[in-house]
Amino acid sequence: MSGHNNSLISFENVSRFYGEVLGINNVTLSIPPGITSLVGPNGSGKTTLMNMVCGLIRPTQGRISVLGVSPQHPEKLCRLVGYCAQFDAFPKGLTGYQFIYSFLMMFGFLPAECDRRTREALGLVGLMDAANRHVAAYSKGMRQRVKLAQAIAHDPRVIILDEPLNGLDPLARAEAIALFRQWGDKGCHVVVSSHILHEVDRISDQVILLSQGYVVAEGQIHSVRSEVKEQPMQILVRCDRPALLASRLFAQDHVVEAKIVADSKGLLLRTRDADSFYLLLNRVILDSGLEVESVAPADDDVNSVYQYLIGAEGAAQ
Amino acid sequence: MRLELKKTFLSKRGWWIYFLALGPVAITVLHWLVEARLGRGAGNRHSIGEDSIIFAGMFLFYYLRAGIFFGAMGIFSNLFRAEMLEKTLHYYFLTPLRRELLVAGKYLAGLIVAVVLFGSSVVLAFLTIGRHFGASWTDYLLHGPGLHQLGAYFLVTVLACVGYGAVFLLSGLLFKNPMIPAAVVWVWENLNPFLPSLLKKISVIFYLKSLCPVEVPIPPPFNVMVVDADPTPFWVATPGLLAISLILLVYAAATARTTEISYSD
Repeated sequence: MSGHNNSLISFENVSRFYGEVLGINNVTLSIPPGITSLVGPNGSGKTTLMNMVCGLIRPTQGRISVLGVSPQHPEKLCRLVGYCAQFDAFPKGLTGYQFIYSFLMMFGFLPAECDRRTREALGLVGLMDAANRHVAAYSKGMRQRVKLAQAIAHDPRVIILDEPLNGLDPLARAEAIALFRQWGDKGCHVVVSSHILHEVDRISDQVILLSQGYVVAEGQIHSVRSEVKEQPMQILVRCDRPALLASRLFAQDHVVEAKIVADSKGLLLRTRDADSFYLLLNRVILDSGLEVESVAPADDDVNSVYQYLIGAEGAAQ
Repeated sequence: MRLELKKTFLSKRGWWIYFLALGPVAITVLHWLVEARLGRGAGNRHSIGEDSIIFAGMFLFYYLRAGIFFGAMGIFSNLFRAEMLEKTLHYYFLTPLRRELLVAGKYLAGLIVAVVLFGSSVVLAFLTIGRHFGASWTDYLLHGPGLHQLGAYFLVTVLACVGYGAVFLLSGLLFKNPMIPAAVVWVWENLNPFLPSLLKKISVIFYLKSLCPVEVPIPPPFNVMVVDADPTPFWVATPGLLAISLILLVYAAATARTTEISYSD
C-alpha cells in the first residue's frame, strides 16, 4: 500500500460508522489520476467515501491520504480538492458570479485573480450570460453547473463530483462529460459518483463498485468483468451463418446458452470459458469458411458487472 | 466577512432582530413627540433625572435581559446552525481557511451586526428619551453626566454583544436546537439578582450590571429577595467578561475544528 504516494488518493483500512450504522467498512483503495467512478445503490457508501476524501467527515478508523495530504489538514487539502456536493443548496442572496467570487476570496486570491477565475469557471460551464442573476432564480441544471464551476474555480488537482449529471439536459450532460474527460486527460483525479450507468461506462478510466459499505470490485471495467468467473461471459458474434456456429457450439460444455439475434445475422452466446470459445471459433472459421464480421463481449460494461456483483436491486436505483 | 455581513444584515429570517433593536427607539421617539406636544412646562411631570433612571431601567430590563440577549441569540447561534439547516456549511469547510479563522470571521461579522443594531439603538434611544427637555437636555449631555452615561451604555452594549455572542456562537455549534440552551442561559441570567454572591459571578449580566452608570432601584417586593453582592470594579468586569468570551470562542473554534458535515442529523 503506497499510503505516502503523492500521486494517489489512498484509503488504508478505512471504516466509518454513524453510531451503529455502517457507512464504509474496511476499505483499502488507491485511486490513480484519471476518471474514477463510484457506483453503487443508495446507502452503499459513495457519499461517505467522497466526504472523507474532502475532510468533511472523519474515518472512525484507518488512514486516508490525498496526494500525500491528510484530510485532517483542510488548509492544505482544500487547495488540492474541489468538491461538487449533491446538495442543491446555496448561500442566500448571491448571484452566480458572487457565489464563486466570494468563496475564491477565501482561498486568498487577489480580487483581480478572483474575478478572472470566476469568469473562466462560469465560461467553462456556459453560465457567463447568467452570471449576474441570482442563483435562486437558476434552473436545476444551471444550479448544477454553477456548483460545478465553484468546485473547479480554484483549479484543484482532485475533483470530487457527487452525482454531477443530475438535472442536466442531454446537451449539458455531454458538455459536462467532455469537461470531466478533459480534466482526467490533464492528469487530474476526477472522482464521479453517478447512477447513470451507461454514462459512467463511457467516461470512466476505472470504477469502484460499492455495496452496503463494502468495495465489491475496483479497477478497469474490463478487468473487473473478467474477474467475475461465476457469471458466463456474453459474446456477440456477427456472422453470415449463425445457425451453423450455434450447432457447433452446443456440443461444448462451456457454452451455457446461444441464441440467434433478431436480424439472423448474429449469435449471442454465454460461455464459461471465453478462451476455449475463441479457439473453437477459429476452428469453425477454418473448417467451414464462416464469414465473421465482428466478435465483441456483450456484458463487460458497468451495468452488467454491476448487476452481476450487486444485483438487480442495486441496478434499479 | 463581506459575505457574512451581507447575509446577516439582509437575512429575511432575522427581521425580528431589527424589531428588537428598533422597538425601544420607537418608544423613546414617541415619548419625545408626546412630551414635546404637551409642552415641557405644562405639567412639569418629570425631570431629566427621572428620565435617566427610566432609561437605566429600560437598559437593564429590556436591552440586557431581552433585546440584546435574544438578538445575540438570533444572530450568533445562526452563524453556523443556519448554514447547517440550509446545507451550505460545506462551502465554508471546503476553503483552505483554518476553522479557527472561520469561527473568528463569522463571530466578528456577527459582532459588527449586533453592535451596529443594538449600539445605534441604545444611542438613539438615549438621545431621544430626554430630547423634549430641549436645551437642558443638550446641556445635560454636553456639560453634565449625559455623555459619560451614553459612553458607558454603549460600552456595556458592546460587551453584552461580545459576551452573549460568544455564548450563542458556541451553542449554535454544539446544539441542534439552540433554543434549549438559550432558555437555560436566559433563566440563569434572570435569576441572577436572587442568587448567592458566588453564583452571581458565573453570569454575563452580573458584570454588565456592574458597569451600568445609573443604578436602578428594585421595587418591592423584589427588593427583599435580591441578594446584594459587591459590584465588580470596571478593571475586573471588563477584562473578566472579555476573558470569559475568549475562552468560549476558543472552545467554539476547537469544536468547529472537529465538526463534521452531517446535514441529515
